[in-house]
Amino acid sequence: NSLLLITYKMPLLQPPPAKYGGRHTVTLIPGDGIGPELLNHVREVFRFSCVPVDFEVVHVNSAVETEDDINNAITAIRRNGVALKGNIETKHTMAPSVKSRNNLLRTSLDLYANVMHCQSLPGVQTRHKNIDIMIIRENTEGEYSSLEHESVSGVVESLKIITRNNSLRIADYAFKLAREKGRRRVTAVHKANIMKLGDGLFLQCCREVASGYPDITFDSMIVDNTTMQLVSKPQQFDVMVMPNLYGNVVSNVCAGLVGGPGLVPGANYGHVYAVFETATRNTGKSIANRNIANPTAMLLASCMMLDHLKLYDHASSIRNAILNTMNETRLHTADIGGQGTTSEVVQTIMRFIQSKGQLTSEY
Amino acid sequence: NRFQLEMQTVTLIPGDGIGPEISSAVMKIFETAKAPIRWEERNVTAIKGPGGRWMIPPDAKESMDKSKIGLKGPLKTPIAAGHPSMNLLLRKTFDLYANVRPCISIEGYKTPYTDVNLVTIRENTEGEYSGIEHVIVDGVVQSIKLITEDASRRIAEYAFEYARNNQRNSVTAVHKANIMRMSDGLFLRKCREVAENYKDIKFTEMYLDTVCLNMVQDPTQFDVLVMPNLYGDILSDLCAGLIGGLGVTPSGNIGANGVAIFESVHGTAPDIAGLDLANPTALLLSAVMMLRHMGLHDYGNKIQTACFDTIRDKKVLTKDLGGNSKCSEFTADICRRIQDLD
Repeated sequence: NSLLLITYKMPLLQPPPAKYGGRHTVTLIPGDGIGPELLNHVREVFRFSCVPVDFEVVHVNSAVETEDDINNAITAIRRNGVALKGNIETKHTMAPSVKSRNNLLRTSLDLYANVMHCQSLPGVQTRHKNIDIMIIRENTEGEYSSLEHESVSGVVESLKIITRNNSLRIADYAFKLAREKGRRRVTAVHKANIMKLGDGLFLQCCREVASGYPDITFDSMIVDNTTMQLVSKPQQFDVMVMPNLYGNVVSNVCAGLVGGPGLVPGANYGHVYAVFETATRNTGKSIANRNIANPTAMLLASCMMLDHLKLYDHASSIRNAILNTMNETRLHTADIGGQGTTSEVVQTIMRFIQSKGQLTSEY
Repeated sequence: NRFQLEMQTVTLIPGDGIGPEISSAVMKIFETAKAPIRWEERNVTAIKGPGGRWMIPPDAKESMDKSKIGLKGPLKTPIAAGHPSMNLLLRKTFDLYANVRPCISIEGYKTPYTDVNLVTIRENTEGEYSGIEHVIVDGVVQSIKLITEDASRRIAEYAFEYARNNQRNSVTAVHKANIMRMSDGLFLRKCREVAENYKDIKFTEMYLDTVCLNMVQDPTQFDVLVMPNLYGDILSDLCAGLIGGLGVTPSGNIGANGVAIFESVHGTAPDIAGLDLANPTALLLSAVMMLRHMGLHDYGNKIQTACFDTIRDKKVLTKDLGGNSKCSEFTADICRRIQDLD
């Protein structure tokens, strides 16, 4: 079953060398809401499977205005090269000058490509079947440039920045990834009929890059039509590339189509650093600390991280255990229609890992 | 004796492509239902005015200014005509600030989603569609998104009024104020302020991405959604997709000074124009929306029931709905049902 042997090697990136006798150090940012508990489960599973990864935990307090915490986190990631993170809440009771910590992290580390692989999972009931879409979203500019000002009282301008460099860069990433994964079509999502210069530039860059990949079909689709197509016939999409905000919309639609935020892992790649998290970046405040959150997305994200560190066997072992657990409907957590608890799911995953004869510690 | 309702004039803009034939279908159905509507047909193809500026023909503007209510079919998008989009021109001429799309699942037209019953209300004059873009330096483009206090307050007020007048329970503001702190923050603040005056309506806020995520899993949790321009554009089309596409989705545009233009939002379908194959449902449901807006709820309900019954029955469906009947046959079936309902 090819589903079980997915690896996420990125030829473009050199993971940091293992330090101190074959063990990697990874920055861990617990975040808010369900982040801390899910990441504890990741550590539990890693400990159990004897994964040679040590976590350097860095807390970021979302309730303070200063940027010391997030800067510490960024420094730690520069040091270790790789991070696993929960979402840091953005309190919009605070002044607008207090920017999203998550966004600061992405832009400071130039994690320009957000990659999400949305696949229908066999054990999960959804309205649409056979979805297999890779979404590559520009992760540093566009509508997320955080450049806003009140020009006159009661009139706010928010700037969306599109640059040739970043558009070429993300298009190139998309086509390289498509070729590496043997995918046949890349669709650029845009609104260039309205934003003629901005999205027009993005589209033009995609076309330029596409001409260098004659083996891959390139087409484009306007974002509103895209969402309409996604809810009626999502199977038509293969690889999709787009600027930041449309990426936000499309990735959330796709995550919803394959079963929700608890299932899909996400990765943020730059030339030098990589940060892994759940694809839809939810804080999940309302379900925090109740042992009901779905650990799948975060655990699958940790597997993506293991692939990135070239620890392929560990990644496969944990991933296979997760997919096997997914087939047990009675264990499904509330978000996918069941009544299982987070800890039941995690225990079952560990049991599957153990049953495959891998070296494990006591549990 | 029956109480005779005064005839009200509506400006009818048949549009291009299949526009004329679906407009005829609607007029025929209205006649059968004896709706007190007098149609005044007008063409809105842009002409160059005295100052060299493009404008809609003066007789069209005059008709709309007097009647206040319009029904519009699909308009051709000009590629090399030199003039701007007609829809844009109409929007600017009548300050059509609110785009309203009720999305209700049509029983009998199956989609993976059932029980959808929500309304998207989109601010239609500013936001990301300000059209202000600059090349800063070669290779760097800046597009400006404009959010103003006035436009945000106006759309929020419309949303709450709509909810009250249409017996809806809640209004949800859709935003991305975590990222666009000032602009969406302003929009959100205005919505909150207006909500204070409508304590009978529940007010909630939700991130755009969370709405998308939840919408495709369980659309029944949503009622009335209000949002700035771009999010509205995307979400209204997403919701149209849930119920079956633009061929069955009604739409209304509310303007200042009491003007309202209801329209079908699908294309002109030039390949089937004039062949009696078109599906008039979208325009018909928009016309029903119009009747409700005018307070003629009984006529609106009657026509909508007849239309839904025809679709549910599946005997006389146009090609896009899965059948192979003609537009005229579909229309005739609806008319027959209306007569039976009387």
